[in-house]
Amino acid sequence: MRFMVMIRATDETEAGVMPGDQLLTEMNAYNDELAKAGVMLAGEGLQPSSKGARVSFSPGGATTVVDGPFAETKELIAGWWLLQVRTRDEAIEWARRIPNPEDNAFEVELRQVFEADDFGEDAPAG
Amino acid sequence: MAAPEAHRAIDAVWRIESARLIAGLARLTRDVGAAEDLAQEALVAALETWPQAGVPDNPGAWLMATAKHRGIDRLRRDATLRRKHEELGRDLERHGGDGADLDAALDDEVGDDLLSLIFACCHPVLSLEARIALTLRLVGGLTTAEIARAYLVPEPTLAQRIVRARKTLAAAEVSFEVPRGAELAERLPAVLEVVYLIFNEGYAATAGEDWTRPALCEDALRLGRVLQGLAPGEPEVHGLASLMELQASRLRARLGPAGEPVLLLDQDRSRWDFVLIGRGLKALDRVEALGGTLGPYALQAAIAACHARARTPQATDWPRIAALYDALSQIAPSPVVELNRAVALGMAFGPAAGLELADAIAETGALDGYHLLASVRADLLAKLGRGAEARAEYERAAAMTQNARERALLLEHADAAE
Repeated sequence: MRFMVMIRATDETEAGVMPGDQLLTEMNAYNDELAKAGVMLAGEGLQPSSKGARVSFSPGGATTVVDGPFAETKELIAGWWLLQVRTRDEAIEWARRIPNPEDNAFEVELRQVFEADDFGEDAPAG
Repeated sequence: MAAPEAHRAIDAVWRIESARLIAGLARLTRDVGAAEDLAQEALVAALETWPQAGVPDNPGAWLMATAKHRGIDRLRRDATLRRKHEELGRDLERHGGDGADLDAALDDEVGDDLLSLIFACCHPVLSLEARIALTLRLVGGLTTAEIARAYLVPEPTLAQRIVRARKTLAAAEVSFEVPRGAELAERLPAVLEVVYLIFNEGYAATAGEDWTRPALCEDALRLGRVLQGLAPGEPEVHGLASLMELQASRLRARLGPAGEPVLLLDQDRSRWDFVLIGRGLKALDRVEALGGTLGPYALQAAIAACHARARTPQATDWPRIAALYDALSQIAPSPVVELNRAVALGMAFGPAAGLELADAIAETGALDGYHLLASVRADLLAKLGRGAEARAEYERAAAMTQNARERALLLEHADAAE
């Protein structure tokens, strides 16, 4: 099964402050660990929301484009990993190991990805 | 922490840490079975301690330190193992007793230990069945129950298989080291074979109702990726990883809405997994960057890549696929490879060219009773407009397959053939 692990934005990530050396080193080591364990399928860091945009859909087919930045920092996503694991708890255990050398307060959210067997009643069980 | 929650967390830690733990312990005990026992004792200790005390910050180091202390206790009681005790004591002294330091000091050796463990689990003294069971349990971190379920055997049978495998390894005094040079080249294929067999078991159940058992595919993919990290200089390691990623990328397109099989050229390519395709193509790039002639896994990966790169079935580079099968049949000749080459020839140069080779294979008798020979001949005959012969071949193929869903598909083709 797969989980997307999303790390939330902070004031620093939204301000475009690049991570310090210590964090970079530890994050690289962590990613390396994930890769060596064969669980990391993909992952990226995201630029501040000031470089992004939102497209809103309304009934009737109208769309509105709103440029960033967006205010609700703690709801924004600053990066993500796509992990392939055997259990939900394994994904949680990997998420617990995300380095935090600067002792910041932040949150990561885990969401399970739909798999082929989640569709269709006759699909094989894992 | 509530007990059930703690137990689930411990299961997760175990899955992540057990292979490294067992590998590190096996280097010290020189006995895979003893290492597994010590690791299990550490797990029991964690189950007793963590629900109250919480999961430690570095659970891997905690488990390793606990297992080592148990190991020393046991060795003290066991006079025949006194020499090993001394070695273990020296090692502990050298690394200090503290868990974190120990972990850091061992870090450099971890990769080699894990690779040694994989080679031990896939040792030629073991039967293929035993290698698979041991690899999934000790390297993959699966429980005996999980492996038994995946392989459709009763749990006691599987447990026995593992016990016997451990005894065989101990009796053969298998050295716990990564083979080097010529020995590595000689023994690597056995390791890759085990991983690929696990993948195939998941990819296509040979019998029964279910077409796929994807969890085993994921376990094999994971083992393949672990091997890529441990042996980055081995082209075939990347070749196997590439092959598995590319094949797995089609897993969810292989089944129709009612669970019926959908053949490669009929698949909805938008359902292919582009994350896995990207990974597979990247692994193939690594093979090519290492240079040299392509080995059997790399060649199969290159064939799979031809399909992965084609946005539509019509865009498939069949002449290249035929050439790759030709190269494969040179280094790993087998009637099944020849049969695939016949399919590729048929697609690249017309059904008559394919049928000529398929007929030649049939004449050798090597694939008598193999339903895919009959179904390939049937496809080629149908394309040549020889409907009655095609129908008879489809029916013959349907009678030979063990897979119920595949049988239904073949019978449908038979009906459509005339």
